Amino acid sequence: MATMVMKRLDKATMIAFGCSILLIAIGAIAEPNFISSDYLLQQLQTASFLGIIATGVMLVILLGHIDLSIPWTISIGGMMATAATGFFGETLGPFLAIPFGLACGAAVGLVNGLGVAYLRAPAMIFTLGMNAVAQGLMVFHTGGFAPQDRGLPIMRELATGRLIPGVPNPLLIWIVVGAATIFILTRTTLGRRIYAIGNKERAVYLSGVDTRRVLLICFMISGACAAAGGILLAGWANRSYQAMGDPYLLPTIAAIVLGGTNVLGGRGSYIGTVAGVILITLLQSILSVIQPQLFFAELGFRVPAEVFRQIVFGVVIISMLLLYGRERLQR
Amino acid sequence: MSVESGLSTKGGRSWEAWGHWFTAQRGLLISLVIFAIMFGFYAWKLEVGLSASMVNTAANKGALLALVAMAQTIPVLTGGLDLSVGMVFVLTNCLAASVVNGDPRMTALGIIVVLITGLVCGIINGIIIVYGRLQPIIVTLATGAVFFGVALALRPEPGGSVNFEFADFMTTSFFKVPSSVILLLAVVLFIWIPYRRSVLGRAAYAIGSSEHAAYMSGVPIARAKIMAYALAGFLAAIAGLLLTALTYSGAAKASLGADYTLNSIAAVVIGGTSLFGGAGSAIGSIFGAFIMRTVGDLLIVFDINPVLQPLFVGIVLLFAVSLGSLRLLRIKNKLDLYR
Repeated sequence: MATMVMKRLDKATMIAFGCSILLIAIGAIAEPNFISSDYLLQQLQTASFLGIIATGVMLVILLGHIDLSIPWTISIGGMMATAATGFFGETLGPFLAIPFGLACGAAVGLVNGLGVAYLRAPAMIFTLGMNAVAQGLMVFHTGGFAPQDRGLPIMRELATGRLIPGVPNPLLIWIVVGAATIFILTRTTLGRRIYAIGNKERAVYLSGVDTRRVLLICFMISGACAAAGGILLAGWANRSYQAMGDPYLLPTIAAIVLGGTNVLGGRGSYIGTVAGVILITLLQSILSVIQPQLFFAELGFRVPAEVFRQIVFGVVIISMLLLYGRERLQR
Repeated sequence: MSVESGLSTKGGRSWEAWGHWFTAQRGLLISLVIFAIMFGFYAWKLEVGLSASMVNTAANKGALLALVAMAQTIPVLTGGLDLSVGMVFVLTNCLAASVVNGDPRMTALGIIVVLITGLVCGIINGIIIVYGRLQPIIVTLATGAVFFGVALALRPEPGGSVNFEFADFMTTSFFKVPSSVILLLAVVLFIWIPYRRSVLGRAAYAIGSSEHAAYMSGVPIARAKIMAYALAGFLAAIAGLLLTALTYSGAAKASLGADYTLNSIAAVVIGGTSLFGGAGSAIGSIFGAFIMRTVGDLLIVFDINPVLQPLFVGIVLLFAVSLGSLRLLRIKNKLDLYR
């Protein structure tokens, strides 16, 4: 049984990686610069924002729940980190900015966790409500007074600098976060419990595990990861703004699912998520290289580039899942 | 949760039957009472009094969300979810702003084309979910992106037009009853109730309660699921038509679709439908939708900045789901907490 599960995972990861290589090949044919190390490194840098955000959500999905509060938790992370100098003053602010942003994200996760684990509310609707509350709080925050929205030097350095020559910092952070996640998932009791709860929470409870605490921890990690993504994005764009997290919900879930993680929980590997994140990032960037809208414009149809991004996105997700994500026939 | 709803919809004989009916309809009744209190309070606080045009505006706003929420209800009843309803709504809006035009015959034809488009979108969802054996959340997330892409291709810039007579017909009042309310009533009477009483409607509830048991009992699972998603697309298309009549134009805005999808889920839950499937009704979702919209109106009455609306909508939503946690107090065996 275990080997069968491993085989399944491998298949998903392999296909996702294989498709990524295929995309790079297609990109290279259309635009030779696509395959240069600079461009690929830039892709990895873009992917690391998505990857860090997806890390936390993956833990929640492994538990059999979902976190839909991601968009505004990202915004909270970015906006609170940039506003920290306003709260703590010029001297303390720069030191507290990043911890404060992370703490605000974790706080959103804490409320999510309390609602889902202790109130037993359906995660889908509870996190959705939290998303709206987070949005409201941020609107209130910007409405009350003119907030500080410039990225701090340290955030800019984190998002655009290179601590190790040749490796962009966000990628470095993703590698660290990813390694920690792989360690947690495969080498610790917490990791075993996460998989076990995703399969049958009742059985885990009967084995004497406080499953509610595990849920709470994972939701907090999810919030903190989203906030970390927001902080990096704010550093990258050198400012934070309200809807900065909106474009990240669908790609995050899509990346996790394409990486072979079961949406119902209990199955999935982090390497798969990495593959999914890279695939999604390449997919988004290759369309801006190939520019199918120009081809259609020659035929006389003027359509925005976004059309192709959306349609290709949807079609690829469904067709890849048809390849390996199908459930067993119920008999 | 889902077992207690049972299959008894007709009460009226004994006290026991009434009790069953009440248990089954509890969510709906609670949402009805909350809406009545909220709207009553709104009307009472409004110093100028409630004019017919204000009722009409409130009804139109509520009816849009109510139709999308009804659409969402049906897949939810089967234990699924349709994250593409908002995008079907946007797509049909864009389409309607192009085809519902010209002389009455062309307009009628346009309306039919729009409704069929919605139906086809739903059938595509259903077929992929049933025969592709994929999770509804992911499938509809992906098809939603495709539908939005098509909407954007149809209408890259907001604009278009609609037959004015049709638009006025959809948005005026008859004897002080807004026609959007009449539309909702018609949808309930001619679509929801016949569906609820049909084999496939009952099958939807059965699948939501226990797909395995439904399969063992010979319930037509594949057909019922496809029907559920098809109907969701159809109802979303009706909402798209109404939006076109209200705005006289079409716009492919991703945020609009996402907003309606999310609010529709909220309205479904507030309306007393279980997200685990098998219990609830589309009528409850109507009141759920009107509750969501009245929150915005109440903010105006209390002189709270309207940009804070998401905060209050979120709080209402969290409060509504937390109310469901009261059942935890009745649980005697702690094991029942866990799935």
